[in-house]
Amino acid sequence: MPPEAPSFLERFPAGSVVAQEGADQETWQVGREVLVDLCRELRTSPETRFDLLLEVFGMDYPERDERFEAVYHLYSIPNGRRLRLKVAASESDPVLPTVTTVWKGADWFEREAYDMFGLRFEGHPNLRRILTHDAFQGHPLRKDYDAARRWILTEDKIYMPKLVAPERGDSMFERMTINIGPSHPAMHGTFRLVAMVDGEEIVASEVEICYLHRCFEKMSETHTWQQVIPYTDRLNYCSSFLNNVGYCRTVERMLGVEAPPRAVWARTILSEFSRIMDHCVANGSTLVDAGALTNFWYFFQPREEIYGLLESLCGARLTVSACRIGGLLADLPLDFMARCKHLLEFVPPFIDDVETLVDKNRIWLDRSVGVAAISGEDAVNWSWTGPCLRAAGVAFDSRMAHPYDLYDTVDWEVPVLTGGDVYDRYKIRMLEIRQSLKIIRQLLERGIPDGPFVVDDPHVALPPKEACYNQMESMIYHFKLIMDGIQVPPGERYGFVEGANGELGFYCVSDGSGKPYRVRVRPPCFPLFSTFSQLIQGRAVADAIVTLGGLNVIAGELER
Amino acid sequence: MSVNPNALKLPGIQEHPKQIRPRRMSLAERLYLPLLAGLAVTIRHMFQNLFGLRKRVTIQYPEERRQYSHRYRGHHILTTRPDGSVRCVACFLCATACPAECIHIEAGEHPDVNIEKYPVVYEIDMLRCVFCGYCVDACPEEAIIMSNNSDMAYFERAQSIVGKVDLMKPYTLDTDRLGYRPSYPEEDAQRAQMRRQAFDLVAAAKEQRGEAAGAPVA
Repeated sequence: MPPEAPSFLERFPAGSVVAQEGADQETWQVGREVLVDLCRELRTSPETRFDLLLEVFGMDYPERDERFEAVYHLYSIPNGRRLRLKVAASESDPVLPTVTTVWKGADWFEREAYDMFGLRFEGHPNLRRILTHDAFQGHPLRKDYDAARRWILTEDKIYMPKLVAPERGDSMFERMTINIGPSHPAMHGTFRLVAMVDGEEIVASEVEICYLHRCFEKMSETHTWQQVIPYTDRLNYCSSFLNNVGYCRTVERMLGVEAPPRAVWARTILSEFSRIMDHCVANGSTLVDAGALTNFWYFFQPREEIYGLLESLCGARLTVSACRIGGLLADLPLDFMARCKHLLEFVPPFIDDVETLVDKNRIWLDRSVGVAAISGEDAVNWSWTGPCLRAAGVAFDSRMAHPYDLYDTVDWEVPVLTGGDVYDRYKIRMLEIRQSLKIIRQLLERGIPDGPFVVDDPHVALPPKEACYNQMESMIYHFKLIMDGIQVPPGERYGFVEGANGELGFYCVSDGSGKPYRVRVRPPCFPLFSTFSQLIQGRAVADAIVTLGGLNVIAGELER
Repeated sequence: MSVNPNALKLPGIQEHPKQIRPRRMSLAERLYLPLLAGLAVTIRHMFQNLFGLRKRVTIQYPEERRQYSHRYRGHHILTTRPDGSVRCVACFLCATACPAECIHIEAGEHPDVNIEKYPVVYEIDMLRCVFCGYCVDACPEEAIIMSNNSDMAYFERAQSIVGKVDLMKPYTLDTDRLGYRPSYPEEDAQRAQMRRQAFDLVAAAKEQRGEAAGAPVA
């Protein structure tokens, strides 16, 4: 029985819920017989109110008796509390009850755990593969699966959903099933929407994803901890710096090191600039989907300038790899402050211009107000986080609820809107851009903190090049760090940052070797996109396109 | 509209809205009047661009190029010793650090015993490379650096595997074309100049106050 356990736990049989000692956050080992009942209690009981299921994923420990483990990350928005549930399952009988009856958001997460580990969720409405294709055999994230194994998908094996929708009898048109995507300019990358249309109206639909699956999690297991950083760039490539920060912070906390103040300061500023950039792309492309092309150009000018700032630090514009575990890759350039100050002046006029163009523009209002609306309660139920959740009236922002870096030292607000539709998703991003600028302005006023840009610990960060050329000891550390990698102590850690479209979590497990045992990403747009079919139900095809833009689904992150 | 941030941390007070309250249109919006303000914006931008009232943002590539910083991570350069031979000692650190596994090295005995080894083959597959700069960070000899050259186009896949000779071509060592490196002499020079200016200012201020201007320690 866990300490400070809620009172309803007494009703569960002894030994079915055991608290795990020494974990990074509250962790319970749960027997699978009681899982669904426990989850329902955790969600509804006024004591706990774990209303948000952050993610469900599998783990594989081949040396254990019960080899597999399903991990559930729960979050209580009212209480600001996190909880991890672990349910073990054996290889001979990898069956678990589904929690889709408790949280709807579990749907795609359970499908992913099935696909990657072969965990079968009893009672799941549609337990199909999701990240891999239909001709794929085996479960790739199992430890005994060869990373180089390839499967060929032939045309006859391509999945075609059988859509059913009730006949209404009043239709003048013949119903037609059409494919939108995977290669379609409106699908923002590589998503496939199979929609049954009645005239213009979508009566039933299903989405197919993961044409861009790049095995991020499997690849991480075969590389050293530092080598994962360039991979994280390619998750949400519109704001790659935020992914760097999320990953590096998690590993830093596992190592027990802290980035020096100079690096933290720069990370906070560049994170906010990346957020601005991401929101610019999201809103720009949403408006393009609605036919408002000019905004796209206005939005892309600030973005280009911010790329210039990132490039002056790290030498790359899109895939920055600018963070290192323990700090940054290089010292801030001499003109960093001047560039940031210039950007503070440069960005707002474009945001103003776009707001003048579309905020009250009836053409845009008609296209967006009330389209794909979702209530706050449903959004939480579907595991939404980020701007889309805040547009539905739920004030949850990881930066405010669990401040990290310098967010608790600056004065800012979490904007919240109540419409939950495409318009409010657009508007909330505009408000957040202003808040980000406010954060940056306050940080710049403090001046650049003195000190090193990376932690002075030769077990974590490479020693300075000068020392490496001239001192034997530094040279040895340099070689050790590159040949063996950072030695992260055994353990697990869930680290998070507020990404541009929701809580971006990294769950890292180390077994003490130089390589990660597992790096699991909580992609914020995964639950967003899992709702897509429901959101566009009964709406026109054109609305589906605008909805997709408003959700800001980034294929690199969705499909990893 | 925003909530009190402290409210987020207080337990039990927050109910998630069960209903949606979308935005309502005002009369002016119904009459499409705000479109005029939008038109003013686009017309302003048009005239600004038409008469060159501000810098045009379009870059006329390839005649005109974007100015990249001197930290740009572009095509690699293998640096040379003063005698023109390759500096690399084939220690394989770059190939080990490379997350994309795009560096292929074959080591050979160097006739000079002080150098010991040199790369007989040094190839980088530019189509595999992700330009993360880890090879530069890893090199203990400053033998591999990057240029700001991003023009990499090939007719065949085989051409994308760039060998030692091409990586050492002297034209890539034009100082204006250098990119990501372990140290930036031009930045250091600029920093030194800024420091000198600061010392001069202090000295001038002291002189004004009638104090003896001490020689600045550089």
